[in-house]
Amino acid sequence: MDIKLYIILAITLFTIGMIGVLVRRNAIIIFMCVELMLNAVNLLLVAFSKMHALNPSLSPTVASDAQIFVFFIMVVAAAEVSVGLAIIVMMYRNVHTVDVNFLNRLKH
Amino acid sequence: MNTIFQLAWLIPILPLVGFVINGLGRKTLSKTLVGIIGSGVILISFVISVLVFLQIKQGHTDVIHYFDFIQLRSLSIAVDFKLDQLSGLFLLIITGIGFLIHLYSTSYMHEEDNKDFAKYFAYLNLFVFSMLLLVLGANYIVMFVGWEGVGLCSYLLIGYWFRNSDYTNAAKKAFVMNRIGDLGFLLAVFWLISKIGSVSYDQIFLSANLAKLSVFDITGITLLMFVGATGKSAQIPLYTWLPDAMAGPTPVSALIHAATMVTAGIYMIARSSALFSLAPITQHVITIVGLATALLAASIAIQQNDIKKVLAYSTVSQLGFMFVALGTGNYVAAVFHVLTHAFFKALMFLGSGSVIHAMGGEQDIRKMGGLHKHMKITSITFFIGCLAISGIPGFSGFFSKDSILSGAYEYHPFVYAIALFTALLTAFYMFRLYFITFTGKFRGTHDQEHHLHESPLAMTFPLIVLAILSIVGGYIGVPASLGGHDELSIYLSPVVKSVEQSLAHETEYVLMGLSSVLVILSILFAWVKFRNYKNALPTTWLQKVLENKWYVDEFYQKIVVEPVQSLSVFFNNVIENKIVDGIVNGVGKLVNYSSRQLRWLQSGQVGAYVLLMVLGMLILFFIQLFL
Amino acid sequence: MGTYFSFPDLFIWLPLLAAFLCFVINKEQQAKTIAIVFSLFVLGVSVCSLFYLNDDKYLNFNNVNYIWLKYLGASYFIGLDGTGRLLTMLTALAFPMILIATFNTRQDKPRAFYGLMMLTQAGLMGVFMALDALSFYFFWELALIPIYFLCSKWGGEKRIEATFKFFVYTFAGSLLMLIGIIYVYLHTTGRSFGDGVYAQHSFALSSFYMSQLSATEQTSLFALFFVAFAIKMPIFPFHTWQPGAYDQSPTAVTMILSGVMVKMGLFGLLRWLLPVFPLASIHFKNVVIILSIIGVVYASCIAMIQDNIKRLVAYSSIAHIGLMCAAIFSMNEISLQGALLQMFNHGINIIGMWIVIEIIERKTGVKKISELSGLAATMPVLTIFFVIIAFANIALPLTNAFAGEFLMFTGLYHYNQWFAFIAGLGIILSAVYTLNMIRKVFYGSLNAVTHEVKDISWNEKLILLVIVAIIFFIGIYPQPLIELTKESVSTLLMKLK
Repeated sequence: MDIKLYIILAITLFTIGMIGVLVRRNAIIIFMCVELMLNAVNLLLVAFSKMHALNPSLSPTVASDAQIFVFFIMVVAAAEVSVGLAIIVMMYRNVHTVDVNFLNRLKH
Repeated sequence: MNTIFQLAWLIPILPLVGFVINGLGRKTLSKTLVGIIGSGVILISFVISVLVFLQIKQGHTDVIHYFDFIQLRSLSIAVDFKLDQLSGLFLLIITGIGFLIHLYSTSYMHEEDNKDFAKYFAYLNLFVFSMLLLVLGANYIVMFVGWEGVGLCSYLLIGYWFRNSDYTNAAKKAFVMNRIGDLGFLLAVFWLISKIGSVSYDQIFLSANLAKLSVFDITGITLLMFVGATGKSAQIPLYTWLPDAMAGPTPVSALIHAATMVTAGIYMIARSSALFSLAPITQHVITIVGLATALLAASIAIQQNDIKKVLAYSTVSQLGFMFVALGTGNYVAAVFHVLTHAFFKALMFLGSGSVIHAMGGEQDIRKMGGLHKHMKITSITFFIGCLAISGIPGFSGFFSKDSILSGAYEYHPFVYAIALFTALLTAFYMFRLYFITFTGKFRGTHDQEHHLHESPLAMTFPLIVLAILSIVGGYIGVPASLGGHDELSIYLSPVVKSVEQSLAHETEYVLMGLSSVLVILSILFAWVKFRNYKNALPTTWLQKVLENKWYVDEFYQKIVVEPVQSLSVFFNNVIENKIVDGIVNGVGKLVNYSSRQLRWLQSGQVGAYVLLMVLGMLILFFIQLFL
Repeated sequence: MGTYFSFPDLFIWLPLLAAFLCFVINKEQQAKTIAIVFSLFVLGVSVCSLFYLNDDKYLNFNNVNYIWLKYLGASYFIGLDGTGRLLTMLTALAFPMILIATFNTRQDKPRAFYGLMMLTQAGLMGVFMALDALSFYFFWELALIPIYFLCSKWGGEKRIEATFKFFVYTFAGSLLMLIGIIYVYLHTTGRSFGDGVYAQHSFALSSFYMSQLSATEQTSLFALFFVAFAIKMPIFPFHTWQPGAYDQSPTAVTMILSGVMVKMGLFGLLRWLLPVFPLASIHFKNVVIILSIIGVVYASCIAMIQDNIKRLVAYSSIAHIGLMCAAIFSMNEISLQGALLQMFNHGINIIGMWIVIEIIERKTGVKKISELSGLAATMPVLTIFFVIIAFANIALPLTNAFAGEFLMFTGLYHYNQWFAFIAGLGIILSAVYTLNMIRKVFYGSLNAVTHEVKDISWNEKLILLVIVAIIFFIGIYPQPLIELTKESVSTLLMKLK
């Protein structure tokens, strides 16, 4: 299967995530869009790993590196989600909204 | 070393001691004590000076080393005194006349407060100290110390009545004008140091060292020195301070602004005659400037009505004569005229002081008249002074002026003609002054007339002594043509040599006769015109111009003072505040402004941050991929 | 560490100790006493140090060398040579004079005030003794920072603005110098320390002197250092912080600024600029002299029309400093000797001027020349002192400044006669503004402001008397000070050959 399809899929996902972050003001949606971007990258990593691992000129240890990275990213993302959601919950408790533009002053 | 010479340091130090005692004790010492200390130290200095002079006259001269002022590898300046014929003579003039004027002051200034009286004597002593330092120094630095010192004392004494702001202004003017000259003097000294590496006379005037100087150097050095002399000796263009300096007490005018300090320039040039003789261009300049000053000041003196102003302009004019003598290489005549002028001008200033004293402070001669009846001694001595300054044969001024005139004739007949004309003007304005003041009817108030009286002995005694000196003072320099030996030039010959005079005796007789006859005629003219003087306002334009001193002060105001003033304002308001400080503050403002602008980027909108981040990434991609 | 108890150490640690005591003492008023006692003690040490001139142990760089950051090649390295001795003496002399003369001025929070003052003294002493670039920079800033607090806390109405400008301006200069120091440091050869530690580069002054920099490198480094020193001195056109700072600082601080601190810049030229970058210094000397001379005439002109007496003195100081800078860059024995002599004299004279001005301002509450008049009648003693100091300031013979200015002008003339002539105009202009000020402030008739003023008190008399005595002593016999600095001058000239 051609690598191009994976790349196109990943780029599409990433762009959707990025546009989402840029245009939406709801903190939860922005958060989900960030996750989408992370997963687009994960997808790309797995795809490349799969394709190039078959390449005999590379050593076997290199072949699995990218997939290990994906696990790392998933772990970090999980940690991030817990912190991020907690912040959003705190924000909602304080200002009764999850609109990020409501908190545009860096003080108070 | 000679025993008397070992005491030479006392000559200047004693007046300094007097200054310190009177200055510190101005609150505690009584007037009598102040007077005794003030005059006493000068008297002792005078006695020592006489002893020193007698030694010098026998041919002993010496340079005495005291200590090193500055000692570097490439320059060494010592505090040395030079005792030779020239300084010996000046010592006598300074301490002798200085003593008489101190004596006179004890009476003249007696109405001052105790404190001010002591202050006055302290300053006067300080002046004598500086003047003695000036003539005793064996190098240009010690001379310069005295040179500025006398300027300082002149400043302090002109501004003696410090509550009057005109007086303090005159004091400031005197000091600043002198400073302009001093800069010239200093530059000449720097030039000498950079070429010869020494400042002592003995070193500089060595012919080997003089040979190191090119013609340009010598001309430059002597011209700069002459600039210094124009400041101190009140020549064009720096003469305007001297008439204003009459704001000081009258004895000060006599001592500082007639007899001693203003002759410092003459002394300096006579001292440096070895240099000046090698600079013909400078000599031309000196002659021309001296001549112009003599004529200008004499013309102004004709229309002045303040008794001291007339004498002041007369001083400027006589100093011009001395410079003519210096310029024509006739150094001995210049020194001779310094001497005789010191006698008769001090006499006349003190006489005018006596008049002012009697008139209760009035200085305007239009309000005087007929004073001869009331103050005979003053009147007669003043008359002698007038005769002496006019150059009537037999009086001291005749011999010195004749010597200058014959030198001028030899230099160029045109110079002689102008000088002679100036001498006629001199006789005219001096007798105008005399007749208006002492003859005719009294024109003052009734109170003043009632108050008129002869001055006390302490004031008349100096007048009498000076009058005698004004008569006999000339006999030390009787020229050979009149059967004399010209002892002064023989005495001065080891230090100062005039150019050889080659006039035939017959020519000299003609010149003398001519000047004497014309002078007498001009005195007669003054007698006819001013014998019964009635107040009259100036009528012709010439009289007005003369009365306003050719508007020189106004001219200087426009051409120097105001431009400097506006330049300063321009510097302050435009360059300093707008440009230099503007740039400095501008940098600050720029930082401030750019921060204010950049602050908008920190909008707090998360979306905006992300957008910037994305844009940044896109730009990086773009750079990475396509550039 | 040195084996003997050394003078350089005392000069730094005594003021620091005094500062510490001032900060921690219980009673507010004792701080003043502590500061005075300690500053007198420092003065005593400084006088003693003069007697050890010829002792081998103390000869030339009488130094202390503590290893500080040995892996960097930096050390706490201080020592005294002739120039340093002269300037530490000035500092040691200035502080007690300032503290005693301003004894009658009430400061709030005297503990902090006097503590900061003593801290400044430590910094100044360090600058004049540092033989290691990093120590030098450290002390340079140590002297600056307390001044900032002193001005911004105890100054006049517009103090914040003036102090901010002063601080940022000088600090910017210092940072440029720091860049320069680091650059030169990276081009020095290594230095080994006794215990086998070897640093690749060294901050020591001697290594700086031996750094072989090319002419182009020297040019840019010269600019970095020169700007720092030029701001500190200050010379035209880097001077605009000065009038405001002098005007707005408390007078005691102004005295430190103008009497001692501006000498840091001149000293920097002599120790860190000319010998480290000889090629660039020679290359740029005309530029610097021209700037300085412009400054002389320019500042004198501006001084003539100032109505604020403090600004007038500030501008006159700029003119004098300009002349010293020109003399230093004339680079011959006479001019350098004159500049060194004048650095000391100027410090003494200007402190005297400020003392008088402080007294006038304190007693009348006025610092405008046009509002003052006739003080000679009510304050005759002060007038006498002031006239003497003012005439010393315009270099009348027999006062100290004459010896210095005469030598400087001679040296400058030796280098170029036109420069000497133009700078000489300053002699005339200085007479104009000084006499104008005397005339307006002291002469004339009394007015409402001045008619009830009392003359000065004993402590002020004492200090002014000391100043006048120094003025006359050096004016008549400057040779001792010249002897003191002779060696430094010839060493410097050797480096410039």
